[in-house]
Amino acid sequence: MGKRHTIEVTVGAFVVLGVVALFFLAMQVSNLSQASSGDGYHLTARFSNIGSLKVRSPVTMAGVRIGRVESIGFDKTRYEALVTMRIDAGIDSIPEDTFANIFTAGLLGEQYIGLEPGGSPDFLRDGDEIANTQSALLLEQMIGQFLFKKAGESG
Amino acid sequence: MSGETDRDLADQDLLVKIRGLHFSRGSRVIFEDLDLDIRRGSVTAVMGPSGTGKTTLLKLITGQLHPDAGTIEVDGEDVLRLDKAGLYRLRRRMGMLFQSGALLTDLSVFENVAYPLREHTDLSPSMLRKLVLLKLEAVGLRGARDLMPSELSGGMARRVALARAIVLDPMMILYDEPFTGQDPISMGMLVTLIRQLNDASRMTSILVSHDVRETTRIADFLYLISQGRVIAQGTPQEIALDASESVRQFMDGLPDGPVHFHYPAPPLAEDLSAQGRKR
Amino acid sequence: MRFEAFAVLGRGVLGALERLGRAHLLLFAILAGSGEVLRHPRLLFEQIYNVGVLSLLIVGVSGLFVGMVLGLQGYYVLAQFGAAESLGIMVAASLVRELGPVVAALLVAGRAGSALTAEIGLMKATEQLAGLEMMAVDPIRRILAPRFYGGVVAMPLLAAIFSAVGVLGGYFVGVGLLGVDDGAYWNQMQAKVDFQEDIVNGVIKSLVFGVAITWVALFQGYDTVPTSEGVSRSTTRSVVHSALLVLGLDFVLTALMFGG
Repeated sequence: MGKRHTIEVTVGAFVVLGVVALFFLAMQVSNLSQASSGDGYHLTARFSNIGSLKVRSPVTMAGVRIGRVESIGFDKTRYEALVTMRIDAGIDSIPEDTFANIFTAGLLGEQYIGLEPGGSPDFLRDGDEIANTQSALLLEQMIGQFLFKKAGESG
Repeated sequence: MSGETDRDLADQDLLVKIRGLHFSRGSRVIFEDLDLDIRRGSVTAVMGPSGTGKTTLLKLITGQLHPDAGTIEVDGEDVLRLDKAGLYRLRRRMGMLFQSGALLTDLSVFENVAYPLREHTDLSPSMLRKLVLLKLEAVGLRGARDLMPSELSGGMARRVALARAIVLDPMMILYDEPFTGQDPISMGMLVTLIRQLNDASRMTSILVSHDVRETTRIADFLYLISQGRVIAQGTPQEIALDASESVRQFMDGLPDGPVHFHYPAPPLAEDLSAQGRKR
Repeated sequence: MRFEAFAVLGRGVLGALERLGRAHLLLFAILAGSGEVLRHPRLLFEQIYNVGVLSLLIVGVSGLFVGMVLGLQGYYVLAQFGAAESLGIMVAASLVRELGPVVAALLVAGRAGSALTAEIGLMKATEQLAGLEMMAVDPIRRILAPRFYGGVVAMPLLAAIFSAVGVLGGYFVGVGLLGVDDGAYWNQMQAKVDFQEDIVNGVIKSLVFGVAITWVALFQGYDTVPTSEGVSRSTTRSVVHSALLVLGLDFVLTALMFGG
C-alpha cells in the first residue's frame, strides 16, 4: 500500500510539474499573455505600400505598444493595402486626424505601425478609418532615389 | 438405437475430444491425423520424445494455437469455432501449469494467486484472502505468501503457479512438463499434489511429460505420441506389456531403436574424406 | 546468382511488410483495449510513473544543459551581428519547436522505450503473457494498453519540462553570465514565439513522438523471439527504430507545420 501511495503522489507531482512547464511556455515564453486581450476595438488604414508589415506586428504610439495588426487585405479597386488593427480597450482617445506611419525598428528590423496623434477633439471609434497614412520606406527605393539625386547633382 | 445412446453416454464421459488433428510449423509436420480423448476425472498423460509437440498439443486444446485441420472439443464446445469472449469463458474453467511457472514477476506470491480472483470475481477482501490462503495451504506454501517470485526455488514457483491455476476451481488442469528440472524431493511433492488435487475435487488432468517413471506412477491413461501420431495408448499396465519396438525404446530408455542415435547424415567415411569442401 | 539476389531482396521486403502488418494489428488491438485503461486508472498511473517520473531526471538535466549550450553558442553568433538581445528568441524557438520534442523523445526512447521492450519481451519469454491468456486475461488490454497510454501522456509533459528548463538554462548563461539584458531576453522571446504556431505545434509533435516510441517499444517486445538473445536484440532494435522514426517524423511534421 505504501508503495502504491508513493507512486500516486509522484505521478501527481509529475503531472503538475509538466502542466506548470506548459503554462510557463505559454505565458512567459510565447505571446499568449499579450494576445489574449480579446477586447478592444478595430481601426483600419490604407497604405500604398506596407513593405514587410505582417499580421501581429505591433501598433505603437509614442513608442508604446497599444495594439496589433489583425489582418492585411488588398483593396483591388484602389490598389492599396487595407490594414485592420486591434487597439487595446483602454486606449479610447485617439484623435480623428491621427497619422499612421509604417516604421522600421532599426535599419533592417521588423516593421510596425506608429500612430502620431493629431489635435482634433473628436476621437476614432470602432470601425473607423485612419485617413492620413504614410507608407513604408523601402530601402531599395531610398537607395535608388539617393543615387538618382547624386547623379543629377554631378551632371 | 441403443448403440446411439451408448455412444452419447460415452461422449458425455469425454471432456476433451480431438479428431483428425493436423498441425504443422512451416514445412515441419507436428501432428498428422491425431485422435485423442480425455475422460472426465482422469489423469491422462501424453508422453513422447522431445520435439514431438506435446506442449503444442496443450496450446491447441486451450485455443492458443490453431490447427490446420481437425476438430477439438472441450466440454462439448468446439474450441476452434469459439470467438475470443467464448474462448476466455472456457479458459476460466481451465488451469494451466506452465513449464516455467509463468508467475507475474512484479507481484508477490499472494497477489499472484489472487490475480485470477481479482480479475474474474467480485469477492470481498476477507473472502479473497481466505480463498488464496486455502489454495496456498493446499500446495504447502501458505508461509511464503509475502515472497516475490524471484525469491522462490523452481519447485516452489511451480507449486505457487499450481495454486494459481486451481484458484478458480477449474474443471480441468493442464500440466506442461511438470517434472522437468526438479530435484527428487520436489518431484515427489508434485506427483502427490497432482494426484491429490485430481481426486479431491474430481478435476480432470492432462499431463504432458517425458519422465516415464513419475508419469506412469500417477496417470490413469497414457498416450504415446511419436512423429505426429499416437503410437500406443492404454493404462500404464497395458503400455508396460506393449512389445512394439518404438514403445519399448521410449519406455525403457534404449539409446538406439526406431529412433536413431544418429541424426541423419552421409556415411562417416565419406564425410571425413570430403576435406571441408562445401557440399 | 542474379536471381538469388532478387530473392534475398524480396524476402527482406516481404518480411518487413509482414512485420509492419503485425505492428498495425497490435496498435488496433491496443486502441480497442482502451476501455480497460479507463476502468483501471491505477494501471495507467503506474505506467506514467514508469515512463514519466523515471525519465524526469535525465530529461530535466539534459534540458538544462542543452539550454545552456544554446545560450552560449547563440550568444557568440548573435553578438557578431550586434543582435545579442535576440538570444531569447533563438533559445526559446529552437527549444520549443525542435529540441524540446525531439531530444526529449530520443531520451525517452533510450530510457523508457528500451525498458518497455525488455519488460514485455521477458514477460513473453517467461510465458507470463501466455499465462495471462490462460487465466482468460487479455495481455494486450491488461499489460500493453496501459503502457501505451502512459507513454503517450507522459511524452508531451516531459517535452514541455525539457523546453522550460532549457529556456531557464539559456537565461542563466545569457543573462547571468554573458550580460544580455534581462528584459530583452524575455521581451524578444514573447514578441516572436507564437503560442499557436510554436507551443501548440511543439506539443502536437511530442504527442506524435510519444505514440511512435511506445508503439515501437511495445511491438518489439510483443513480437520478440522468446529467448534471452531475442529479447536483447529486440531491445536494441526498439531504440534504433524509435530514434529513426522520431527523426523522420520530425522532418515530416516540421514540413507540414512550418513549411506552409
